[in-house]
Amino acid sequence: MTEQDKILDTVTKQEYKYGFVTDIESDTIEKGLNEEVVRLISAKKQEPQWLLDFRLKAYRKWLEMKSPNWAYLKIPSIDFQDIIYYSAPKQKKQLNSLDEVDPELLETFNKLGIPLEEQKHLAGVAVDAVMDSVSVKTTFKETLAERGIIFCSFSEAVREYPDLVKKYLGNAVPYADNYFAALNSAVFSDGSFCYIPKGVRCPMELSTYFRINAANTGQFERTLIVADDDSYVSYLEGCTAPQRDENQLHAAVVEIIALERAEVKYSTVQNWYPGDKNGKGGIYNFVTKRGICRGDFSKISWTQVETGSAITWKYPSCVMLGDHSTGEFYSVALTNNHQQADTGTKMIHIGKNTRSLIVSKGISAGVSNNSYRGLVKVASRADKARNFSQCDSLLLGDKCGAHTFPYIECSNKTAILEHEATTSKISEDQIFYCNQRGIGTEDAIGMIVNGYAREVLNKLPMEFAVEAQKLLQISLEGSVG
Amino acid sequence: MLQIKNLHASVDGKEILKGISIDVKPGEIHAIMGPNGSGKSTLANVLAGHEKYEVTEGEIFFEGENLLELAAEERARNGIFLSFQYPIEIPGVSMVNFLKTAVNEHRKHKGLEPLTASQFLKLMEEKKKVVEISSQLTNRSVNEGFSGGEKKRNEIFQMAMLEPKLAILDETDSGLDIDALRIVAKGVNTLKSPHNATIVVTHYQRLLEYIVPDYVHVLYNGKIVKSAGKELALELEKKGYDWIKNES
Ligand SMILES: Nc1ncnc2c1ncn2[C@@H]1O[C@H](COP(=O)(O)OP(=O)(O)O)[C@@H](O)[C@H]1O
Ligand SMILES: [Mg+2]
Repeated sequence: MTEQDKILDTVTKQEYKYGFVTDIESDTIEKGLNEEVVRLISAKKQEPQWLLDFRLKAYRKWLEMKSPNWAYLKIPSIDFQDIIYYSAPKQKKQLNSLDEVDPELLETFNKLGIPLEEQKHLAGVAVDAVMDSVSVKTTFKETLAERGIIFCSFSEAVREYPDLVKKYLGNAVPYADNYFAALNSAVFSDGSFCYIPKGVRCPMELSTYFRINAANTGQFERTLIVADDDSYVSYLEGCTAPQRDENQLHAAVVEIIALERAEVKYSTVQNWYPGDKNGKGGIYNFVTKRGICRGDFSKISWTQVETGSAITWKYPSCVMLGDHSTGEFYSVALTNNHQQADTGTKMIHIGKNTRSLIVSKGISAGVSNNSYRGLVKVASRADKARNFSQCDSLLLGDKCGAHTFPYIECSNKTAILEHEATTSKISEDQIFYCNQRGIGTEDAIGMIVNGYAREVLNKLPMEFAVEAQKLLQISLEGSVG
Repeated sequence: MLQIKNLHASVDGKEILKGISIDVKPGEIHAIMGPNGSGKSTLANVLAGHEKYEVTEGEIFFEGENLLELAAEERARNGIFLSFQYPIEIPGVSMVNFLKTAVNEHRKHKGLEPLTASQFLKLMEEKKKVVEISSQLTNRSVNEGFSGGEKKRNEIFQMAMLEPKLAILDETDSGLDIDALRIVAKGVNTLKSPHNATIVVTHYQRLLEYIVPDYVHVLYNGKIVKSAGKELALELEKKGYDWIKNES
């Protein structure tokens, strides 16, 4: 092993920092999945008939489908009968203030560095904290309500705004879209709903912290964001999960709908438990995220920093239906130890003069595998569609892998599609240069990696960018020998 | 300040330095000259602690401490600065972020509080004037897209920021025009004090007109074949390196 590899080897063996389990009584149902379970979930949530029908259709479709196997991933077979499909922290009554929240729950948030009390005062951030499957507390609601903005848990939206939910649910991600989306549509427990009315610019970043907690509980969240004409919203999603041995399945669905001239920015920092150094445990993250630029001149922008999970299968996509609409995808995906990530995007150009931009930065360390998979599709009527894709890979050490799978389907001759790709390694000389200026090796690697990812990190809201930078560094840290 | 005793070093199993001894005292300037491939950069890198080079024999002491026991970053924090012959590009890492981290690591080592952003920027403005480096360069990523001369000037700028006790300049003059050369020399001379020392590695005696050495050592084939006062540089210039090669 060369000296550099030795350094990288030790540097990349950092244990997960947020590994702890909260002991909260959970209201769970029996393991396993069948039509009765789907009905039970719906009943527990006192849902209307149309939603139960949606779930049942999805469930029946799911039974006919097969788990996708085209990704560059080794996915252990998942026993869907060994998963608990509903779990809610026990709560006797509606909570009026944070004082009434289970102190242990608050403590968990504190360990994660999410002091809810302070969040309330923090200017500009409203938090809808999701612990397991039920929203525990929503803040800043009143401020938002003044502008007619709806930001609440999905269940609450079903109760309070059934017409909106019914109108848009499944628009971007139909229940039959793919195996995991169908599963989610059948058993989703909760999530977030957001509606920005016509002409309203959401004055603050809307932020959701997700957390997986109860052991053996698959997490199936559903997020629906609707931006009406001429509106704007920036939405943040961030997550961490406690350490445990059994693999945990996570199959969320996020749908975004942007109407005429509306703009939605969706940013994610994902830090779920990646498994230990030997590849034991960790979250399986199979997410379906899609936005539809339905209106002319609308814009949807995905920014993601992915550092966690044992397996990541995730392709935030944009369907550019409206003329002159724009889709963007900025991604940093870091894999270490035995992690596997197959992530990328789909940009579907349907409207005329639509534009899309893809900036993907993969970072692989340890014995991990990191793949970019991207599809740029131009429909026949999408005159003058444009796409630019930049896909870079950075390798730390020589036992990890980086792979790029760009696909293009173009049915319009006026389209201009450009693709650039690079692969590089952190060089021993770069690290030595930093060392020579007094900067230690861990900090040097963190600095170099952050520099490499800067173009994407710059797209994140300020406070998130700082968090993401730390996360990249932490994910690579270890004891330097 | 610096004692190098019978230093042998090899890279990839090949011996490059074959018994070097140099003694540098505070306030002194030593020039190391020699033809290409004689081991000048190897010596500079060994002093700075590059792990690629293996010291097989000999000792190095810096201010009484065994330098060979220290990692590269510890040597840097103790006051050893290397101006690289080929400075490295670090894309996406801003000069400000890079230098602020470096300066604060040095301060931490001395038990000082880190500089705040505004204190740091003030220091940077001050030092920028010394080496006449433009904000256009310092606002970019570390060495990214810099010309050869700009990289060299940036090395001297970093040296000014870090105020080392021992500066090793590895062919900082090569690729510089006369104006840039004068500025580099000014930077070195401004920093000169009875407490610090400089080792100037160079090919030509040109730089030594501006930075006047107390000693000149000629390195050839991994050995110091001649040491004398500054007049040796002139003699070398006149007679060429063949003279040394023939003598040794
Ligand atoms: N990685 C390496 N493997 C083998 N030989 C090397 C390596 N790096 C440098 N050398 C050799 O070491 C000798 C000294 O190089 P260097 O110290 O760069 O000389 P100088 O700076 O005096 O021009 C040269 O012969 C060079 O080819
Ligand atoms: Mg050299």
